Amino acid sequence: MAIDMKKKFALDKERLLLGVAGPVIALVTAVVLTSVVLLASGKSPVEPYSIMFTQATYSDVQVLIINQAGMYYLAALAVAIGFRMNLFNIGVDGQYRLAAVVAAIVGAKVALPGILQIPLLILVAMLTGAMWAGIAGLLKVTRGVSEVVATIMLNSIASSLIGYLYLPSVFGVQVGNNKTTGTMHKSGWFPGINMGEAGEIYGFVVIAALLGVAYWFVLNRTRFGFDLRATGASESAAAASGVDAKRMLLTAMLVSGALAGLAGLPLLLGDTHTYSLTFPTTIGFQGITIALLGRNSPVGIAFAALLISWLEKASAALDLQGYDKEIAVIMQGIITIAVVVSYEAVRVWGQRRQQRRVGIELAIAAGENTSELKKEVAA
Amino acid sequence: MHALVGENGAGKSTLMKILYGMQKPDEGTIAVDGEQVTYSSPADAIARGIGMVHQHFMLADNLTVLENVVLGSEKLYGIGGKARRKIAEISERYHLNVRPDALVEDLGVADRQRVEILKVLYRGARTLILDEPTAVLVPQEVDALFDNLRELKAEGLSVIFISHKLGEVLSVADEITVIRRGTTVGTAVPAETTPRQLAELMVGSELPTPETAESTVTDRPVLTVEGLRLDAEGGRPLLDDISFTIHAGEVLGLAGVEGNGQTELIDALIGLKHADSGTIALEGDEITDWGTRKRRESGIGYIPEDRHRHGLLLESPLWENRILGHVTEKPNARGVLIDIKAAQADTRRIVEEYDVRTPGIDVTAASLSGGNQQKLIVGREMSHHPRFLIAAHPTRGVDVGAQAQIWDQIREARREGLAVLLISADLDELIGLSDTLRVIYRGKLVADADPATITPEELGSAMTGASAGHLEHEEEGGDSVPAARKPQPEDES
Repeated sequence: MAIDMKKKFALDKERLLLGVAGPVIALVTAVVLTSVVLLASGKSPVEPYSIMFTQATYSDVQVLIINQAGMYYLAALAVAIGFRMNLFNIGVDGQYRLAAVVAAIVGAKVALPGILQIPLLILVAMLTGAMWAGIAGLLKVTRGVSEVVATIMLNSIASSLIGYLYLPSVFGVQVGNNKTTGTMHKSGWFPGINMGEAGEIYGFVVIAALLGVAYWFVLNRTRFGFDLRATGASESAAAASGVDAKRMLLTAMLVSGALAGLAGLPLLLGDTHTYSLTFPTTIGFQGITIALLGRNSPVGIAFAALLISWLEKASAALDLQGYDKEIAVIMQGIITIAVVVSYEAVRVWGQRRQQRRVGIELAIAAGENTSELKKEVAA
Repeated sequence: MHALVGENGAGKSTLMKILYGMQKPDEGTIAVDGEQVTYSSPADAIARGIGMVHQHFMLADNLTVLENVVLGSEKLYGIGGKARRKIAEISERYHLNVRPDALVEDLGVADRQRVEILKVLYRGARTLILDEPTAVLVPQEVDALFDNLRELKAEGLSVIFISHKLGEVLSVADEITVIRRGTTVGTAVPAETTPRQLAELMVGSELPTPETAESTVTDRPVLTVEGLRLDAEGGRPLLDDISFTIHAGEVLGLAGVEGNGQTELIDALIGLKHADSGTIALEGDEITDWGTRKRRESGIGYIPEDRHRHGLLLESPLWENRILGHVTEKPNARGVLIDIKAAQADTRRIVEEYDVRTPGIDVTAASLSGGNQQKLIVGREMSHHPRFLIAAHPTRGVDVGAQAQIWDQIREARREGLAVLLISADLDELIGLSDTLRVIYRGKLVADADPATITPEELGSAMTGASAGHLEHEEEGGDSVPAARKPQPEDES
């Protein structure tokens, strides 16, 4: 029994080590290569990091990072649920923007008490996101169109559609030289957590965290989650095990789209209360990086979302100190590439290692058996 | 021609991987032509004239033979006329009979294997390693393969081949090495060895003698298939008017060269493909329109022909693989939730009862040897007490010890009233285990035979479409592997 426990512990430790090795290798690579870039441009390879670390100690920057991470987290969960079954939803970007616009318009046109208004807006955003992703899902299920191609196309269609929706002649309101969808009714504003001087953390960040827990629970503890993961691990084996592949694909796409639909809400309901030209646009793409970096695990994604937000928010200060804040962009880019390479390398290495270990352990066990046999014979 | 035999997990594949440069040895040396070598990749091995034909063919289905052969070796003879001439030349020289412009997906198993051999020769191999080359072939094809190999030998090439079929090893090899648990336990000269001695050397103990089992066939039909038809896109029938009944306690053996509709029949029975016409009934229920999950829940067990594609999640731990296919059933599920504790406990039980050799249930399925993976699948399927079991090649790539064990489990379940559809390329297994035999040829059931009297050779000729109807045996044939045969009483019902 004790040996069993020890073995289990060793296995767990190994799994943890393999899990952490990927991101650590990627981050180290990114730091080293970024330093090379800095050196090559004749700048200090160390100071930008220290500036960015110092930034992270300021409470107002911390609030910015957390708020940003909340949005990234939702987008990354949407991407990750697709990844878990080998679906690449590149369309999170279009889905969250369209969902935010529709939610903003509904929020401006409909006035219900807060207890109904906020759930209504959340529902509207989820349905919009799900619908937009569902188009790609349907195309794939019925016509075999790759979801990668379909969602990329839908991103650009979404941009045009949004442009149309906030025309002043449609639902838009011109404010100065900014196009907006009009201010939402106050009952739809999501209460934030007041941090005093430092600002306000979006209340929706809490919902994002809860969704992270739900994501973990559904994937790891429910039959549906098992079927979804099985489909991702081997479509043929899942089909033979009784998973209806088409239905699973459509469901996963809808869930992914619904989550994506929420990604714009922290900002919309917590701060801007309107969708305008200045609404951030690449959260969906950052979500892909973050989901990759976080290995589709809810905890990993949380760390990755914080890391990327930190790079983004803390790098603003670099400009003031004579560095280019694009250093952070370079780092992000390298991280993305390095992560893909290092995960695959670690995965292959881990698998080989386990195969070898299983071989050795079985050989030892076999050796013990034979020596026992010999003893018996001798006795 | 050197044969390498040993149980699954004995280290044959590992040894071959080392010879082929896919894995590095911790100790010891390899000498090629008397010269000591170390290699870091298969490319080095190829450069030394060593080539490997894998057990699972490594061909791209949607490319032609020519494209498959030049793939990765474009530098040797280009990709055009010169490569084509070279392929024709090799094909001619060793009578491989390969058509360079055929699409690989249209080729049968034996043809694919010849393409694999040609691929290796094209790269200049002087030593060929063949990993279980006969596992997927019918006797006639095996003979053809051995003829090819003899041609190679005559041209001065060396062949190392791995096999479980001891009769074949003895008939074709010049020397045999037996390994067990990672070490060489003996070498044998075929002329002085019997299959039985060789088998005992392999498993390290005396073989169990085959039991003379009583017929357990009842008259209660479990699976009834009527007029089943399945069309390919374009209307060509893959399965045509298939009708049969399997009773409780009956093993129906289906013989056929691969690619004659077996895969489609399995798919239609498990619900991966839906019949274009005809009905399938499981005891009282008509299940023709049911999905795969409902079929499995209602008691259809499934040992798939390709365990990697259909039976396992290779990168998932064993206990998750225990859940696969039975996610809605006890002990794996509690309502809509997964009962991880119960599933893990039950995995431990399966590992114990079915002798799955593994250090634990948290290792991935990919780290087990093929035989142990199969034992896990058999254990999983049997644990849900199926009424009807689809057993496709249940012992393919499985060693003698595990083979006997899997047969015993099927016989045991049969005694308790299980109906089994057995599909196998191993004719000894098919004849030894079945109560009734049918032959499938081009999507039709063309012949039936009595396993008590039929010989593998007679069955083999029916599989190539040479004979049809009820096969009458002419003369009792000799047994090649004693463990695989047992007399079986007549059981017409």
